[in-house]
Amino acid sequence: MNEIIKAYDKEVLKIDKLVLKKGCIYGVIGPSGAGKSTLLRIINLLTPPDGGKLCYHGKPVPPNGHDRLELQRKMALVFQKTLLFKDSVYNNVAYGLKARGYSRVEIETRVISLLDQVGMKELTFRRADTLSGGEAQRVAIARAVAFEPELLLLDEPTANLDPGNIELIEGMITTLAKTKDITVVMVTHNVFQARRIADQVIFINQGEIVEMGTTEKIFTEPDHNSTRLFVEGKMVY
Amino acid sequence: MSRLLEGIVEAFRLIISFDPDLLQIVFLSLRVSGMAIILSALIGVPLGAMLGLKEERKTRFFNKIIFTFMGMPPVVAGLIIYLILSRQGPLGVLGLLYTPSAMVIAQVFLATPIVIGLTMVGIRAKGSEVEETARSLGAGSTLAAWTVVMESRFAIFGAIITGFSRVIAEVGAVMIVGGNIAGRTRVMTTAIVLETRKGNFELAIGLGLILLILSFVINSVLYNMQKGGKKD
Repeated sequence: MNEIIKAYDKEVLKIDKLVLKKGCIYGVIGPSGAGKSTLLRIINLLTPPDGGKLCYHGKPVPPNGHDRLELQRKMALVFQKTLLFKDSVYNNVAYGLKARGYSRVEIETRVISLLDQVGMKELTFRRADTLSGGEAQRVAIARAVAFEPELLLLDEPTANLDPGNIELIEGMITTLAKTKDITVVMVTHNVFQARRIADQVIFINQGEIVEMGTTEKIFTEPDHNSTRLFVEGKMVY
Repeated sequence: MSRLLEGIVEAFRLIISFDPDLLQIVFLSLRVSGMAIILSALIGVPLGAMLGLKEERKTRFFNKIIFTFMGMPPVVAGLIIYLILSRQGPLGVLGLLYTPSAMVIAQVFLATPIVIGLTMVGIRAKGSEVEETARSLGAGSTLAAWTVVMESRFAIFGAIITGFSRVIAEVGAVMIVGGNIAGRTRVMTTAIVLETRKGNFELAIGLGLILLILSFVINSVLYNMQKGGKKD
């Protein structure tokens, strides 16, 4: 992305340049209201930017039409507030596959295998609205990776979960990213989580990328003072 | 109090005896209101969904119109349909006045705004969230819209139930356009009015009780469908 600008009442995002590498896990950190979620929505083509240029594999994103939908289908976004459809766990995970026209047999194979992978096979035909918070989040992530997107966007995927579920979901994300070669961009307010699972960390403050680098560098020798303060848990506005 | 008890006894007597006049009235009531709610759902659900999927500020004017029509008095609805269907009216040539068809039209006129309005509100409650989730999973605009409708199905059923309750219980509109003709356009509500005027309170109460029982049975079935077969 180049010179991306997004404003609502005031400017919330201003990104000069951001390039994502395939297969990498990015942790996006920053204070509340820094523009992290807006960044994910713009990448997922849900929110159009007010200015700037978005490219995918070097080609500009089409403004509309079938090509844009095809491009959108290469990505998946898991929202901070999990919304599972009022249907079975199976049909939730199968949703994206059905949207892409996969055959019934292929859908069944993928869904069952994925639910097995995330430890939810026993709950395959349970109604999704009867799941616990941790189970629901696992289903949401399974649903997002079922069609093996090239880019997986996660907005606070472990917010409000207990440590056991956090560990489980972090394990899922890293395993899926490495085994399926999926690029992951994960927004998290938890800097320790970014440190645990991200290869690269992006620190955003007041709508701008302050610093981006390897996790090691950001946590041990950041270039900017505000980055250092933030990863040390100090107040940064 | 004794009249009320006599009415209850009369209601059971009418039900047990399978009174042919009563059955004719009951079936006509169900036929007219059933047909009206089916048509209202066919018109109202897509329109309500369409409005519900749009931003609130873009449909503000329509919202006000629909909410106004939701509270329209049945006699006013009856009067409007009467004027349209009367011999000098624009559709007078069809000769529908004082027929069950006219009663269906009047009830569609009453129920459709309710179905549109409540569907719209139901879809708007979670519509954008569902739509974004669907789109983030690769749904095109048609599938995303369909998903929103399916996710709002309980609210839509609620809209249909409310619409049905409104038309099965109304009397003003069907009285004006149907004329309460025995054996032709007499439905339960108009029969209750007639029997009350004649002083046959027991029969009127009996009919009222049957109307309540029928309404309870139909709403229970729809309610269970709305809950998707889930147990309490």
